[in-house]
Order: sequence, then structure tokens, then C-alpha cells
Amino acid sequence: MEHPDWLWRTPEPKKSYDVVIVGAGGHGLATAYYLARNHGITNVAVLEKGWLAGGNMARNTTIIRSNYLWDESAGIYEHSLKLWEGLREDLEYDFLFSQRGVLNLAHTLQDVREGMRRVNANRLNGIDGEWLTPDEVAKVCPIVNTSPDVRYPVLGGTWQPRAGIAKHDYVAWAFARKADRYGVDLIQGCEVTGFITDGNRVTGVETNRGPIHAGRIGLAAAGHTSVLASTLGIRLPLQSHPLQALVSELLEPVHPTVVMSNHVHVYVSQAHKGELVMGAGIDSYNSYGQRGSVHVIEQQMAAALELFPVFAHAHLIRTWGGIVDVTPDASPIIGRTPVENLFVNCGWGTGGFKATPGVGWVFAHTLAHGEPHELNEPFTLERFTTGALIDEHGAAAVAH
Amino acid sequence: MLLISCPWCGEREETEFHYGGQAFVSYPADPESLTDEEWAQYVFFRDNPKGDFAERWVHSAGCRRWFNTVRNTVTSEFLS
Ligand SMILES: Cc1cc2nc3c(=O)[nH]c(=O)nc-3n(C[C@H](O)[C@H](O)[C@H](O)COP(=O)(O)OP(=O)(O)OC[C@H]3O[C@@H](n4cnc5c(N)ncnc54)[C@H](O)[C@@H]3O)c2cc1C
Ligand SMILES: [Zn+2]
Repeated sequence: MEHPDWLWRTPEPKKSYDVVIVGAGGHGLATAYYLARNHGITNVAVLEKGWLAGGNMARNTTIIRSNYLWDESAGIYEHSLKLWEGLREDLEYDFLFSQRGVLNLAHTLQDVREGMRRVNANRLNGIDGEWLTPDEVAKVCPIVNTSPDVRYPVLGGTWQPRAGIAKHDYVAWAFARKADRYGVDLIQGCEVTGFITDGNRVTGVETNRGPIHAGRIGLAAAGHTSVLASTLGIRLPLQSHPLQALVSELLEPVHPTVVMSNHVHVYVSQAHKGELVMGAGIDSYNSYGQRGSVHVIEQQMAAALELFPVFAHAHLIRTWGGIVDVTPDASPIIGRTPVENLFVNCGWGTGGFKATPGVGWVFAHTLAHGEPHELNEPFTLERFTTGALIDEHGAAAVAH
Repeated sequence: MLLISCPWCGEREETEFHYGGQAFVSYPADPESLTDEEWAQYVFFRDNPKGDFAERWVHSAGCRRWFNTVRNTVTSEFLS
């Protein structure tokens, strides 16, 4: 068998670039792609300390949806979902995007109220959404236990038909391949250890492979953003936590959609190959250890079994963790920093995979123009001082 | 699962505790004189080091007392 062609080159870093992006996860790669595609900026490097998309991009449960509460979130998440809908053609690469819908279950009166309010807010923003009764939930996903005699009966749920999943690795490779073809240098094994500054301005990065100069620098380092920012004395409202997920063995297709439950706290889909993919909550403590505690997995399995009794037949095959950067209002920070020419995209916490194309689009705009796109304008660092928070704890409370 | 040493009860499993985040963040001495930036720092900004971190835990399912520790955020080893 012949070795398949490499999807991207392995270039040596140049001495300088117009734009340097730190972190080759989904966000960094998508940003590089849209810098080239939308703005004609191709003298760009994406620097990755490990291997391409080996961080959270390789570890997430791939849920894609846009049913958040506030207008600001509707703007960016729905922009992203619309991009997903045409992305396969745009990137000329199949990454198994499957719009099988997402059910967000309600188990308490508070959940019901929050869910109904969110469906209405979504509709006002032109986002598809419906409120389902327990019987309707059972029609969409027959294996959910909707009987009233469980500890937390299903009282209904929100349904977004256009939501779904995709194969995360393929998404990263698809962006990487296209960015590379535009001439973007994707440089793996290149860790940024600090910044080169001139007064209050960054002019480059220090790396384990020498200094690299840059006109503008964009951080897309997810759980490690605080570490980078602290080398410049910048404090960000981020806390890094482990977030775990797991898979079962390959099973016959039993689960037609994506089910999330804030209250019993689990989210489940079935991957194309057949594994059940489940996500847990974050571990409570700050950590960069990229592994979490067993009791968190135990709780999540208990929740999954209560909702899906049929899963009692399945076996746990693998668990893993990523490091997610969580903000106080469960919304990301995308924009300027107190240092000139340095921009951040961070704070996506447990839910940034769905935003990959959307954030790539707006962060590329921000880096190209030196100022935010209208869709990321509200997601500033200053909002923690002005009080203009974008509180998505209701829509994002279960990690996703 | 972490094994956490409560100063009063000794080593217990993590599930008996709740996390309290960064230690030594005290309420502003003169709240009325704080600027918006200073309030933001007090309410929303916490250190997030990769390495040793002074933090708080409460032994919720035990003696219910708060205490401070220093833990390494990479290895999760408690240093005090
Ligand atoms: C278990 C789990 C489940 C999740 N489930 C979902 C989900 O279902 N839906 C959803 O929308 N989101 C989900 N997420 C969140 C999502 O994965 C993240 O929000 C998103 O991947 C973050 O963007 P990224 O892909 O660019 O991050 P990453 O892939 O983590 O990319 C950041 C990169 O920066 C690199 N880096 C860091 N520091 C440096 C440095 N100093 N120099 C060079 N490179 C550096 C890292 O090595 C890494 O490759 C989940 C996350 C986890 C961990
Ligand atoms: Zn105690």
C-alpha cells in the first residue's frame, strides 16, 4: 500500500510573518484559513507546541449547536452553524458533519422554564428550536427513559434539528490542508515561551526554535492562554480545569440524535463508527494535568444509565481529559488585549468546537483589521469591568 | 480522585470536599474607594498558574471547616 499524500507541508519557521497564531487547534487553523481566504493574508504561521490538533480539538465530544440564550451568542454560534452547513464544499473535504439534532432535556421546573425561554429567544433570533413534551422526546429518541418513576423524570426538552456532530480530527485536517495550500506555515513542535516587545507593543514571539517576528499575534491556545498572557503580565479572567469524556465499544446504531442533560449532567451521541460518546463535567479544581478524577466519570455513567437503561449492556473502553479555560460568564473572550498587536481568542471552556468555523472567521477579521468583527465586538475583555456580561450558564451549564 | 489532607480530620477522599479557588483573596478594605477596574479584579480575576497554587478547600462532608493548601496544578501534588 502506498503512503497517502501528506495533507500539509512541514516547513522550517521563517524569521518573520505578517501574522503569527499561537496554537494549532481547530480555532488557530480556522483563523489561518480565513485570514488567507477572506483577507488575502497568507504570510502567516500557526505555531503548535505539540502536534497539530492534539489538544482539545482531538478530545471533544463534537457537539455542534447554536441554541444559546442571548443575542450576542446567537450571533456568533449561528454564524458558525451556517458556516458548518457549507463547510464541506468550501474545504473540499468530508468530515462527516451530521445534522441529527440536539435534545436538551429538562428535569425540573426551573429547567422547563429555562428551556422554553431559550427556545423562544432562539426563534426570535431566527434559530430553529422547538419545545418537546416527554412523549415527543420519546419519538425523537426512543431509547431515552421517559417514565415518570425515575429520580429525575424527563419533563420535556428543547430540540434543535439543525444541530449535530462532526468528526473533529477531519475538521482540523481539512482546515490545515487548505491553509497550507494558501501558503500558511503550520509549524509543529514549536512552543511559544514568551514575547518580543517594543514598549507596549508585541513584535514577535520567543520559541524553542528561536525568535519569530510578527506584525500581529493571535493567541488560540485554549487551556494554556493564561500561561502565555502571564509572561506579559496580562491577567485574564480564566480558570483552567480538566474536562473528561469517554467512549464505549462499537455498537449497532441505537442512538439517533444528541442528548444533553444539565440536571443529571451528561451528554451522549453515537459516533459514525458506533461508539457511544459521552462527556462529563469539569473537575472542580484548577489543573493543567490533562486528566481528571474517576468519580466524575462514575457520576456521568450513573446519569447516562438512568436516562438510557439500554446502555447497561455497553462497556467503557477509553476515557481521556482535556484542559479547558473557563470564564465567569461561560462566554468566550475574542479581541484586543492591553498590549498592542496582541489579540486573544480564549475562554471557550467546554464548548468551543461548535464555534470552530465561526470563530476562525471573526478572529481572522480581528487580526486582519486590528479591530473586532461586529459578531465578536461584544465578547471583549472589558466586559468584566463594564459589567456587560454574556451569561450563558443556562445554555452551557452542562459541558458540551 | 485526589487524596486531600484536612488539617483537622487527616487524609480523606476528594468527594468529601468542595473547592474554593485561589486563597488569600480578601474583601476590599475600603470598598467605596475602588475603581471599576479594581472591582473587576476582585470579583472576576483569579490567578491561573501552571505550577504551585495557593488555594482553598472546605471539608463539606466532614468537619465543614475551610483551610488553605498549596497544590501543584500539573502533578496535583499537595505541597502544604
Ligand atoms: C472532553 C471535552 C469535550 C468537549 N466537548 C465539546 C463539544 O461537544 N462541543 C463543543 O463545542 N466543544 C466541546 N469541547 C470544547 C472544545 O474542545 C474547545 O473549546 C476547543 O477545542 C478549543 O479550541 P481549539 O480547538 O483551538 O483548542 P485546542 O485544540 O486545545 O488548541 C490549542 C492549542 O494550543 C497549543 N498551545 C498551547 N500553548 C502553546 C504554546 N505556548 N505554544 C504553542 N502552542 C501552544 C496546544 O498544544 C493546543 O494544540 C470539549 C472539550 C473537552 C476537553
Ligand atoms: Zn475535616
